[in-house]
Amino acid sequence: MINTSNYRTCPDTGFEIDLNADKLIKWNAVSGVVFLLIGGLFGLGVALTRWPAVHLLPAEWFYMALTAHGFDVLLVWIIFFEVAVLYFAGAVLLGSRLAAPKVAWLAYWMMLGGAIVTNIAVLRGDSSVMFTSYVPMKAAPDFYLGIIVFAVGVLLACFVFFGTLVIAKQDKTYSGSVPLVVFGATVAAIIAVFTIAAGAIILIPTLLWSVGYIGHIDTLMYKIVWWAMGHSSQQVNVVVHISLWYALAAILFGAKPLSEKVSRTAFLLYILFLQLASVHHLLVEPGLSSEYKIFNTSYALYLAVLGSMIHGLTVPGAVEAAQRKKGYNKGLFEWLRKAPWGNPAFAGFALSVVMFGFLGGITGVMMGAEQLNIIIHNTLYVPGHFHGTVVVGTTLAFMAFSYWFVPVLWQKELVLPGLAKWQPYLFGIGMGLVSVFMMGAGTLGVPRRHWDINFSDAAMAYEFPGAAHLMMGLNGMAALVGGLGAAIFILNMVGTILWGKSKTPAVATAAPAPPSGGAAVLAGHGSSEGMSVPGTFTLALIFLVAFVLYYFVNWKYLAGVWPLS
Amino acid sequence: MSIYPPEKRIWWKEPIERSEILWIVIALVWSLIMFVMMPYWHIAGEQNLSNEAYRIKPDVFAERTEAMAEKFTVREEGDTGTPVVHPPAGSDIYMLARLWEWWPVLELEKDQTYRLHLSSMDYQHGFSLLPENINLQVHPDYEMVVTIKPNRIGEYSVVCNEFCGIGHHTMVGKIHVVAK
Repeated sequence: MINTSNYRTCPDTGFEIDLNADKLIKWNAVSGVVFLLIGGLFGLGVALTRWPAVHLLPAEWFYMALTAHGFDVLLVWIIFFEVAVLYFAGAVLLGSRLAAPKVAWLAYWMMLGGAIVTNIAVLRGDSSVMFTSYVPMKAAPDFYLGIIVFAVGVLLACFVFFGTLVIAKQDKTYSGSVPLVVFGATVAAIIAVFTIAAGAIILIPTLLWSVGYIGHIDTLMYKIVWWAMGHSSQQVNVVVHISLWYALAAILFGAKPLSEKVSRTAFLLYILFLQLASVHHLLVEPGLSSEYKIFNTSYALYLAVLGSMIHGLTVPGAVEAAQRKKGYNKGLFEWLRKAPWGNPAFAGFALSVVMFGFLGGITGVMMGAEQLNIIIHNTLYVPGHFHGTVVVGTTLAFMAFSYWFVPVLWQKELVLPGLAKWQPYLFGIGMGLVSVFMMGAGTLGVPRRHWDINFSDAAMAYEFPGAAHLMMGLNGMAALVGGLGAAIFILNMVGTILWGKSKTPAVATAAPAPPSGGAAVLAGHGSSEGMSVPGTFTLALIFLVAFVLYYFVNWKYLAGVWPLS
Repeated sequence: MSIYPPEKRIWWKEPIERSEILWIVIALVWSLIMFVMMPYWHIAGEQNLSNEAYRIKPDVFAERTEAMAEKFTVREEGDTGTPVVHPPAGSDIYMLARLWEWWPVLELEKDQTYRLHLSSMDYQHGFSLLPENINLQVHPDYEMVVTIKPNRIGEYSVVCNEFCGIGHHTMVGKIHVVAK
């Protein structure tokens, strides 16, 4: 086979990088960051409108901004970055050429074009149907069309990734099994294919309905199939950011998984059970049986939750084992105290792991319990939960990874290294508080997607308790802090790419060289050797106690409301 | 390292460390407990949704709601003069959702059970009973039936919590719970 690709050798890591992959990774990542900026600004508008004392936007603008916010950050930013991660995992980590670069470029332009078309439809003002676009509320045809084109682009990108895996295997660019991070990326891409298939099944008929070729779309069926896309796509996010957690643990600490077998099986649980996801959103809907709701919402028997709880131990566990090997052995937590908290890649990673678990994970299981959903459905608790998953979990993990990946890939130095140190804390804690205050307001019944909880134009009104208004105000303030963090990140990344000084390869931040040849393999440490992680285990038990207590507190709340049967 | 192929080629035969196994067992047990909690609550808990639902045309549902309102209206409420309906305890009661109101206002007796029927005339709406914080999704063409037993006297509001267009935030209804 004639290999026409050109490679460059990364001075920091020694990876052989296919130039096509190099360029595509950069373009996808940068496009993602641009949409993070756009979507983030819409989000700020939403948060400031829901702050009762500010009430920034008029109602029409608010609903428009909310629709755009969901689409731009939840879908476009995250998926552009994920495509970059897929190409990184497939081509860079495996040292392979990227399959079909022309298809990859087509995928890129379809994603960009689709995203722009849908944004225009929303900003025109006739498609403020929210990200979920529940029928029979109708958006303009180009709203759905843009999403479909975007999704087809993503599908192509997934196939480019699969093709790259095949090429790497054929060309023997690596020996043995693929790295864990690549394994995780593969799991994400497989789930993405299912996700996009579900999206096509529902969005194509909806497009035809909005044009007028189809007369009726059943509201319940729409929701079941739409959420097979909507929820599964969040699982893609989870899988990708967990893969990046493993990558960061390896890059920052030279950490290896405690056990390849356990971590890979945990990923596999996602493929097997995460597909069962759509009914989380239909637990208080008419027309579905409780048996089906319980089976589906628990991912069979919470086996996907089990997968996440395993990663919750093995990711920090890998860091602890690596730190202990370096001699940070005092007590339970010296390994953690002596971690590089001033390095934004580590700080973002650590906050992402902790907050994803406590804010996103626990609360997601809570509202996914069939009966508990009665006291949560469609309140602000729901966005509170998913800002705990996709913002302080996924987005913060992507930011953390960027602090390593942007300087290395572009070979430039960060323009604002001082501010970068504070950035993960500003963004993480700000958005973490956004999540907390929204959930707090939600437990008081404050509805999501609502312009005015003072009901000033309503014929009848409900007076929310003072605490609800207070929490909406605090939510707005926390969003400003988080928004400042996001702004610093974007400024830093864009500035670095455009004006950053060329960097001299820094050995200190470089990943250790790969084990090459038999000697290294023979010297490799087995899983059972010196891998005890008492600190992580203690943290995991603290997590479990919080989980159990909070779970039963919610059942107690539920037991207090009107009997229903 | 997770970014390189596993150091041992036969990684699947490596032993698993004790704390990992212990955590997996704990997490699995907790997962099963959470799973069992849902069927358990159907048996022992008092807050469960029935699985009773029907397909229904909006005008049929509106007719039934109006028939109830005609029989049992006791007064009017609010700027729009919405009827307040006091149906007999134990009966079938109806509340319809439409852009942008919950109709009619219901007056119920404490500690009595009612079969509440919910459906929408147009878009989807969210029935959010406050301050109880009971939230149900209301679809057009579907009729949900849920048996409720109000157990506290007071004025309750029904806020719409599913986005239903530009007047969404004005869509508020009422349920009064009075002594028997």
